[in-house]
Amino acid sequence: MGFHLPKNFLVTGEPMIVVAEVLSVLTLAGIVFALTYYKKWKWLWDEWLTTVDHKKIGIMYIISSLLMLFRGGIDGLLMRTQLALPNLHVLDAEHYNQIFTAHGTIMIFFMAMPFIFGLMNVAVPLQIGARDVAYPYLNALSFWLFFFGCMLFNISFMIGGAPDAGWTNYTPLAGSDLAPGPGINYYLLSLQISGIGSLMTGINFLVTILKMRAPGMTLMRMPMFTWSVLITSIIIIFAFPVLTVALALLTIDRLFGSHFFTVSGGGEPMMWANLFWIWGHPEVYIVVLPAFGIFSEVISTFARKRLFGYSAMVYSMVVISAVSFLTWVHHFFTMGAGPAVNSFFSVSTMAIAIPTGVKVFNWLFTLYKGRIEFTTPMLWAVGFIPTFLIGGLTGVMLAVAPADYQYHNSYFLISHFHYALVGGAVFGCLAGLYYWWPKMFGFKLDERQGKWAFWLFNIGFNLCFFPQYFVGLMGMTRRMYTYPEGLGWTPYNLISTVGAYMMGVGFIIMVYNILYSIRHGERDLTGDIWNGRTLEWSISSPAPHYNFARIPEVDDLDAWWHMKKRKRKQPWELRPLKPIHMPNNSGRPFIMSAWFFVAGFGLVFEWHWMGIIGLLGVLYCMLKRSFEYDDHHYIQVDEIERTESAAGRA
Amino acid sequence: MEPFRKRLRQWLTLVGLSAVLLLAGCSREQYVVLDPKGPVAKQQYDLIVWSFGLMLIIVLAVFGIFAYVIIKYRAKPENKGYEPPDQEGSKLLETIWTLIPVAVVIALAIPTVKATYGLEKQPSSDRPPMTIKVTSADWKWIFRYPKEGIETVNYVTIPADTPVRFEMDAVGPMNSFWVPSLGGQEYTMPGMVMNLWLQADQPGVYQGRSANFSGKYFTHMTFDVIAKSPADYDKWVQQVKKTAPKQTEAQYLQLLERGLAKKMTFSSYPKIADQAGLIGEVKGIREKMNRPEEPDTGTMHHHHHAH
Ligand code: HEM
Ligand SMILES: [Cu+2]
Ligand SMILES: [Cu+2]
Repeated sequence: MGFHLPKNFLVTGEPMIVVAEVLSVLTLAGIVFALTYYKKWKWLWDEWLTTVDHKKIGIMYIISSLLMLFRGGIDGLLMRTQLALPNLHVLDAEHYNQIFTAHGTIMIFFMAMPFIFGLMNVAVPLQIGARDVAYPYLNALSFWLFFFGCMLFNISFMIGGAPDAGWTNYTPLAGSDLAPGPGINYYLLSLQISGIGSLMTGINFLVTILKMRAPGMTLMRMPMFTWSVLITSIIIIFAFPVLTVALALLTIDRLFGSHFFTVSGGGEPMMWANLFWIWGHPEVYIVVLPAFGIFSEVISTFARKRLFGYSAMVYSMVVISAVSFLTWVHHFFTMGAGPAVNSFFSVSTMAIAIPTGVKVFNWLFTLYKGRIEFTTPMLWAVGFIPTFLIGGLTGVMLAVAPADYQYHNSYFLISHFHYALVGGAVFGCLAGLYYWWPKMFGFKLDERQGKWAFWLFNIGFNLCFFPQYFVGLMGMTRRMYTYPEGLGWTPYNLISTVGAYMMGVGFIIMVYNILYSIRHGERDLTGDIWNGRTLEWSISSPAPHYNFARIPEVDDLDAWWHMKKRKRKQPWELRPLKPIHMPNNSGRPFIMSAWFFVAGFGLVFEWHWMGIIGLLGVLYCMLKRSFEYDDHHYIQVDEIERTESAAGRA
Repeated sequence: MEPFRKRLRQWLTLVGLSAVLLLAGCSREQYVVLDPKGPVAKQQYDLIVWSFGLMLIIVLAVFGIFAYVIIKYRAKPENKGYEPPDQEGSKLLETIWTLIPVAVVIALAIPTVKATYGLEKQPSSDRPPMTIKVTSADWKWIFRYPKEGIETVNYVTIPADTPVRFEMDAVGPMNSFWVPSLGGQEYTMPGMVMNLWLQADQPGVYQGRSANFSGKYFTHMTFDVIAKSPADYDKWVQQVKKTAPKQTEAQYLQLLERGLAKKMTFSSYPKIADQAGLIGEVKGIREKMNRPEEPDTGTMHHHHHAH
């Protein structure tokens, strides 16, 4: 207990950090000023901070992840700048270590996952003909826990000091002995807080998809993206508790002096690696399976063809999700588990290539005999195939345990997982962003700029990461903050850095693309701007608050496509409107998450009293929620009629 | 191996290698992983080439199909009214492309499992094997030669053509012991002993480094492996014994503290050095030395320390 302000509470030594601090304060002041000047506080609170609407929550997820893509991207560019040439001094060792830790952690937890969650939120209820998720209130809580966890992580480099043991945070390096101070605590507590949110999202979407599908939509009639989210939710439910436990054990080690991961007290440092990767490998599929789902939607939409081998696509995902829990040891073949264990995990890892290969061929045969329109979302989807193929096949090479003894922890690995994560998850998110953008906002993003962004990003990406395979085979290991001359590494690193900057330019064009299109983008008056196949395209854009005025009835895969073909109205379309039951907005998810933030911040600095106050706040919010009875309202028929006729669908 | 498979392998090696070198346009020696200097690295290299060849076939096939479909079936003014057929799938095709990856996985899994077991064994050589003990500490490598009784820091001398068993542990964080020219890496961990067989076919100097991040100066955790002819190796040992200083406990402890170190050579090392990696933490090692009368494993002998 007690209140010890660490010496360097506000981090000052480093000029770059001071600049970032000043910029952060100015940005914050700017936001506060703008909200006050334009009298937008109430709007912010009523429309966004208290919303339980899955579409708005989705949009907030996506905005946050784009910001984090920017932050993590800047970190990436800083590292690439430092590594452009041998013996540079842009960053020193300590700073570099903090930056790659922040980069990896942010990209995985605060960029890729929330981006996927955002798209899930936007699209899944619309695809299954539902009016919201199963637990809208919980959904808001999930988002705000993610948001405050993310904030907690992001202030670390300014207040108290950033974590620096890598996103994998291996013990004993991350133990209190070798890493005293708040840095690692930030990592542990921010991931703990946002991780609770992720787990709840998994539960929420599992129930939503199982219980809230429109009549007639059997499991095997669900859109492929919804299928991918269903499977992802199951993975989340099995994987995240492991992370929760690992984080909790290490937190207890650090804050209360236990010895789960220290040799001296009979603990086992290697246990962290095991727990981390038992969660960590499935985590890769948590971000990549939904991306697969997005590609399936986009490819079938723009090839104007039904997805080839739908049921094989489903089964392959089921197999992938199951096997993904049996491969974690491939992250440490070189920790001496013995030949039997290594052989098992080698083969299980290679086996994942089989269902993945099936998917790739099914995508190719969806394109085959299609009429392919290369819209921006389609470019990202088509660009994904070769990129992910390279990532996947180098993954198979890494699965060959004895060969991995040579690739492990080298730039070969860095290249592999960027091909998989960027080529898979990020391309998927961007495909989804361009694809569902009109549904979220009612206008399309400018296609010409979008294509520029795609080509710059894609070419830059390959320039950045392809050379890294070679420099890995030359013996360059990951997490080196500098390297000497004369090893032949320089040309590859230089090309890599040039590629990274090209990706940066691609990103900036994308942001410009968004800002430009807000004013000039093509308005979506039909609600079906891409000539889509699934139910989200059957309603107006942006989707009305209640989604579906009448719950549709489904009798086939690609339900909307068939409805369009049929032309004749179905009986359900002629039914009279009824009042719609909707959940009330609530400020409590936001407030409760803020209390989590208070508790987390206190525990980061080991001010246990503050931790207790924060947790009491959380408890109080839970109590209040338990005694809340009036938490819903009805939208009356006349309001529905007004909304529908405003969208031209009376 | 049957002649066909052997031929296939040779062919793949050739294609794979030339592809790599063509793309890279650099000298082979700089690709340390692809330029094995001993039997362990060679075995791994063979697997790398084999897997690369298999993957290359798949890449070329899939890229071919990919290019064909996206060029042939793109929307053009000529096919404006074309309505793509709704194909549900094809049992036959889907079975084929399930079986192809199955075959590839089998072709890869068999040599993988063989090599995984093979690498546990001592590489074959006419000369008897030797053992060198390795301890990684923040941020340096300490090598002990139990038979010779000497110690070196940040470099290790080995006899060429001799299987060397590295027995590895760590004080402080994990590191990973990697000499790409001689073979793949293995982690060093506190409280745990790991074994790694390596062998250099020829005398030479090979670069080693830590491959696992271990904190601030991890990048500088490099070491040289100096392989000498067996006769020169014996000469070197004699010379070290004659000319190098003994290492005191205090010096050893000093070495374990966080910081960088130069290359060093000692003609002896203190007994605590054999326990350091098992205790795994500097704090614990200091405690142990202050209480030598309290043996907990039975392996530690009484000794007198410097003060
Ligand atoms: C904007 C483009 C990107 C660039 C320029 C970039 C660059 C880098 C660099 C230079 C490293 C550190 C290598 C090292 O020193 O070990 C790294 C590590 C990493 N990157 Fe990226 N990256 C980018 C995008 C991404 C994305 C989108 C993801 C995930 C979705 C990602 C995930 C990671 C992870 C997990 C690590 C490992 C961090 C660690 O070692 O703890 N990166 N990246
Ligand atoms: Cu261990
Ligand atoms: Cu994995």
